[in-house]
Amino acid sequence: MQQTLYDRLWVNHVVHTEEDGTALLYIDRHLVHEVTSPQAFEGLKLSGRKVWRISSIVATADHNTPTRDWEQGIADPVSRLQVETLDANIHEVGALAYFPFRDARQGIVHVIGPEQGATLPGMTVVCGDSHTSTHGAFACLAHGIGTSEVEHVLATQCLLQKKSKCMLVRVAGQTGKGVSAKDIALAIIGKIGTAGGTGYAIEFGGSAIRALSMEGRMTLCNMAIEAGARAGMVAVDQTTIDYLQGRPFAPRGELWDRAVAYWRTLRSDDGARFDAVVDLDAGSLQPQVTWGTSPEMVATIAGAVPAPEDFADPVTSEGVARALQYMGLAPRTPIKQISIDKVFIGSCTNSRIEDLRAAAAIARGRQVADNVKLALVVPGSGLVKRQAESEGLDKIFKAAGFEWREPGCSMCLAMNDDRLEPGERCASTSNRNFEGRQGAGGRTHLVSPEMAAAAAIAGHFADVRDLI
Amino acid sequence: MQQFTQFDGLVAPLDRANVDTDAIIPKQFLKSIKRSGFGPNLFDEWRYLDVGQPGRDNSQRPLNPDFVLNQARFRGAQILLTRDNFGCGSSREHAPWALEDYGFRAIVGSTFADIFFNNCFKNGLLPIKLPAAEIDALFALVTEQTGYRLRIDLAAQTVARPDGRTIGFDVDPFRKYCLLNGFDDIGLTLRHADKIGDFEARRRIEQPWLFS
Ligand code: SF4
Repeated sequence: MQQTLYDRLWVNHVVHTEEDGTALLYIDRHLVHEVTSPQAFEGLKLSGRKVWRISSIVATADHNTPTRDWEQGIADPVSRLQVETLDANIHEVGALAYFPFRDARQGIVHVIGPEQGATLPGMTVVCGDSHTSTHGAFACLAHGIGTSEVEHVLATQCLLQKKSKCMLVRVAGQTGKGVSAKDIALAIIGKIGTAGGTGYAIEFGGSAIRALSMEGRMTLCNMAIEAGARAGMVAVDQTTIDYLQGRPFAPRGELWDRAVAYWRTLRSDDGARFDAVVDLDAGSLQPQVTWGTSPEMVATIAGAVPAPEDFADPVTSEGVARALQYMGLAPRTPIKQISIDKVFIGSCTNSRIEDLRAAAAIARGRQVADNVKLALVVPGSGLVKRQAESEGLDKIFKAAGFEWREPGCSMCLAMNDDRLEPGERCASTSNRNFEGRQGAGGRTHLVSPEMAAAAAIAGHFADVRDLI
Repeated sequence: MQQFTQFDGLVAPLDRANVDTDAIIPKQFLKSIKRSGFGPNLFDEWRYLDVGQPGRDNSQRPLNPDFVLNQARFRGAQILLTRDNFGCGSSREHAPWALEDYGFRAIVGSTFADIFFNNCFKNGLLPIKLPAAEIDALFALVTEQTGYRLRIDLAAQTVARPDGRTIGFDVDPFRKYCLLNGFDDIGLTLRHADKIGDFEARRRIEQPWLFS
């Protein structure tokens, strides 16, 4: 029988199945960060259990770490304790690799896994973070998990899972200039809704996906969780293999050849059956901007904010009214007339080298508008930062009036000092525009890196296609 | 883990769809390295008029009188009634920890986000999916009748209304079994330690590059 990529990955990892179909899935890679792991390590210790396979662990500190004045350490004592707790836990338990605060390779957990070649095709990858779906770009089965599950994986190397249904999201055709993977992701979520993928694993396919770089595929899979799907994935092709060659933890020599031969089988069979198929035409896509407090509340740059009365369903209509009130927007405001206070270019969605290049291309030779109080660029990892600096991107950003910071999650979730003040409006390349996500009372609009740069220059949302 | 048996509890209505984990427990409280103590900061941004910080005495903070859980009639609620896609967003288990610490034992809604749904079971909190029409009816009843309670029976998989109407719900047999018995997943999984070991050994031979 023809298998989907998801079927294939699933079957390859089932250790045992309970009568009701709950499976024990073997976990190849366990990514660990400071926020969701302390209680898991503590639980393990309290129950006198040991870590099953230390070499599956790759750890880093990212959520809490500051993005400047690194030499001064972490000022906030609560954050510092959490990062120190991770240091102590990894010191005690061990890991394949640990990139602590201030290490040259430290960064956002979902950026460093692929960058180090610690994420390899065919793996099951878990992390106590919902955006673990990112790693699906490498034809991995990658799940975000809760802290109890972190402990479960530490102790047993397995995860208890029920098989999801499988959805194919097929994006055919060619995207126009200025339309990025982020726009594809937001358009998909706008189409199927934030719960549209609930209960599904999503495979992204079609010519527009094949044309994406690995960075673009990661952006897309990263946002699968925002469509409600726990996992997103893309089949292996030459792009995948080229990206991995020579990465520190990727296999070498004869093992590399064996691995590549296997990786090439990681795709859905022709004629494989999906439980749902969604089609999107890449050619008709335009740059996207969210206007509300859920990623599905999205419009094109040429569009406008809706009005509550546009929606017949009372729950939706009320949700729209509440979102507009929170966002401080009048119904029917054209997107281009929304002015902004801050800009954030970063997060595991859009902080890789390609994202920074795209934003820098727009910022080059231009100036951040006067009404923009802060425009932040936060690279996804220390290595991304150095690469960008070697290409002179930092100089372009700084000359245009952006701040160039140290890597980390930063204003994606505002656990450190980078945040919005109440009422401030931000063009952000992150993945969530929930109430308070970037700081209590803050207003987030999700966009691509090039659209964030365009907004920084204009002081309001602007069509990046007018700047290229 | 606490055993889940049948119980009868006061219902509080949270009439919103897409309640996300940032709303359930804002990020500043995720800095804690403990599992407990999140209850006072459940729904922090909706519940209080000021901005909460970890370590602050929450009893001194100004309450938002409009927020449903601050109304006297819902004090002591153990069942949260909500709408579509509850718990969307991050994987933070602090969300079920906060709900449980506050005193909730069951969340009744039409749909839940996957990771949140899963996390609930690990913490003795029962998420119950009911058809949208039943949810609509319950919202109407809870609003009309002060002191509205529901009786939840996990073994029988039913939610019983005071007027005698009983609504059935689905739950995975394995999850039900764990919750009913208060079993710890890890202990259960480790019964298969040999199988895991064998699987791993095979994998080492077939895909050695995964074990560098
Ligand atoms: S960048 Fe944002 S979404 Fe990504 S791991 Fe960090 S906090 Fe989570």
